[in-house]
Amino acid sequence: MDVLSCDALSVREVNHTLRRLPPGSSAVVTAPRGRHNLAVGLAQETDIDIEGNAGYFVGGLGGRGDGTGPTITVGGFVGWSVGENLMGGSIRVRGSASQSAGSSARGGLIAVEGDASLRAGISLKGATLAVAGDVGAMTGFMAQSGTILVGGNAGHGLGDSLYEAVIYVGGTIASLGADATSEELVDDDVLHVKRLVEATGFDHIDPGQVTKVVSARNLYHFSAEHHGAY
Amino acid sequence: MVSEEPVVGQPLPVGTAPEVVNASFPPEAMARIHDMAESGIYPIRGLGARRKVPDFDDLVFLTASISRYPLEGYRERCGTRTLLGGRHGARPLELDIPITIAGMSFGALSASAKDALGRAATAVGTSTTTGDGGMTPEERKASSLLVYQVLPSRYGFDPADLRQADAVEIVVGQGAKPGGGGMLLGQKVNDRVAQMRTLPPGIDQRSASRHPDWVGPDDLRIKIEELREATEWRVPIYVKVGATRVAYDVKLAVAAGADVVVVDGMQGGTAATQDVFIEHTGIPTLPAVRLAARALAEVGMAEQVQLVVSGGIRSGADVAKALALGADAVSIGVAALLALGCNRSSARAPDGRQVDVSAGYRALGTSPGRCAHCHTGQCPVGITTQDPGLESRLDPDLGAKAVANYLRAITMEVTALARACGKSDVHHLEPEDLAALTVEAAAMAQLPLAGTDWIPGLQTQE
Repeated sequence: MDVLSCDALSVREVNHTLRRLPPGSSAVVTAPRGRHNLAVGLAQETDIDIEGNAGYFVGGLGGRGDGTGPTITVGGFVGWSVGENLMGGSIRVRGSASQSAGSSARGGLIAVEGDASLRAGISLKGATLAVAGDVGAMTGFMAQSGTILVGGNAGHGLGDSLYEAVIYVGGTIASLGADATSEELVDDDVLHVKRLVEATGFDHIDPGQVTKVVSARNLYHFSAEHHGAY
Repeated sequence: MVSEEPVVGQPLPVGTAPEVVNASFPPEAMARIHDMAESGIYPIRGLGARRKVPDFDDLVFLTASISRYPLEGYRERCGTRTLLGGRHGARPLELDIPITIAGMSFGALSASAKDALGRAATAVGTSTTTGDGGMTPEERKASSLLVYQVLPSRYGFDPADLRQADAVEIVVGQGAKPGGGGMLLGQKVNDRVAQMRTLPPGIDQRSASRHPDWVGPDDLRIKIEELREATEWRVPIYVKVGATRVAYDVKLAVAAGADVVVVDGMQGGTAATQDVFIEHTGIPTLPAVRLAARALAEVGMAEQVQLVVSGGIRSGADVAKALALGADAVSIGVAALLALGCNRSSARAPDGRQVDVSAGYRALGTSPGRCAHCHTGQCPVGITTQDPGLESRLDPDLGAKAVANYLRAITMEVTALARACGKSDVHHLEPEDLAALTVEAAAMAQLPLAGTDWIPGLQTQE
């Protein structure tokens, strides 16, 4: 197993090594000290353990279109846009995440054990974002596809301008965004959340007690009568 | 004091004074109000600004005579090779001509149109650019040099495609709609387009206007680094902005690490956006070039960072003037579509015959020469459509040949002007080769008004 210290190596050198790891192998990145762009663009199925806090875009542009990819664990907090445009594999954040967690991610799983800040899951395109704690305002903004699971409370404007992504919230919702609406849970939802709880270990979430938020689909087509709806 | 103005013509008989048109509310302004009152929606359309703005036609070349001598046209060599993006050790794009094809999406354009543009660019040694809908395997195959756009929407963005790109262009804004997102109306969102963009088929798609994962210049620096990491620092990173606060944007893009800055003036086209954006946002390409070139010079980066300019480029004269004002290359979109047959009254039928398609224009309420109905998906010549029947009117082989012809012809116009200015390379053209015909153009391009040494605004600029 490779041990790569950010005290000794540049981000470029760390990533260069990580990209060349053979499938099935693993590496530990030590002393990340909030560096940006760690473990970016990794396509292979490898295990990467980042021992500490990471900056922007950690694990971004990772994985492949078939849903496979690296398994990345970040021991601490992460900056903006963890796992942005992720295609596959998984990223687990032990701490909390800053803004735009899982931004435009198309596949794979991003699991945050702490809280996530504003616009978590913005522009989501098929991935799963699970946050054990609370999420900030405008979570799920313009999310197109995929699932956002929130264990705690959601801030204002949840699901604003949603397309076909689905949001489940275990706690309270400060307010829904434009064209977002809550919908009755059906058996498939409960099963889906149950599987996510199992996959993430966020077992404080009761799959039968979450609130489901989806698009009301009222703004899918232009009309001047929507003036003021946003 | 009593005026003694001479009377022109005969006085009209009493009671026959003509009703003059209200300058604030001419018939077209009235009609627009009537339309909005009727439909309850603002006008949406394609292509670029229709109104007349100061442009490259307002400049002329001061070609060689006694003080400078010209090169022989067709005999003495005039270089057109153009390198873009070597600043950070990436493999620069090596173009045979200083003219590239701007980003236009599959979705906005038909697959045949994308294919034809790609093959034309490959034939003449230049690049094409993806668009707001991802990279199709067809366009990767057709284009030997392909620039992959990173747009706010991130529709279909795939790291695997990123790794196949020859350059990456982060699109912050676009001349037709700086500050606004793109649109693709439901009639063009067919199953393949919807799937590529992860959207339900048939919806009116409104692209984001702001990137989801970063905001501001400091974030942009990190975003550029991310893209470099994901491409192992192999390919150049462009940053494209719509021309608004050009000097600031260019300097911020350079500070963030851009290898190439693309500045798109207000005449730049789009497949669909609000008319109010197209006509009322951004500044013309003419002042944008000079502002961008000066910004690069001010930060000492004119040699390291290349400037690509777009928005309303039509001819070799436009290209040559843009280069003289400081651009390293230009990018064309609308002109390339016109070369493909946009706004022509005839198109080729599947059996090869030229057929009159003016009925298609009439059905859209327009006519050849005026059409900007790209947003409807009912393009009579098969370019901006996803309808298989209409798309069959564009033969990709013939289209590729037509666009290559056009690119070669305007490149020859550029070299003809450069030789006449005594330049053995088109990149040697300089502001001193130009004069302005109008006070406005002189002020905007910071060139002397022809016949004078007056550059309006020069004092305040210094």
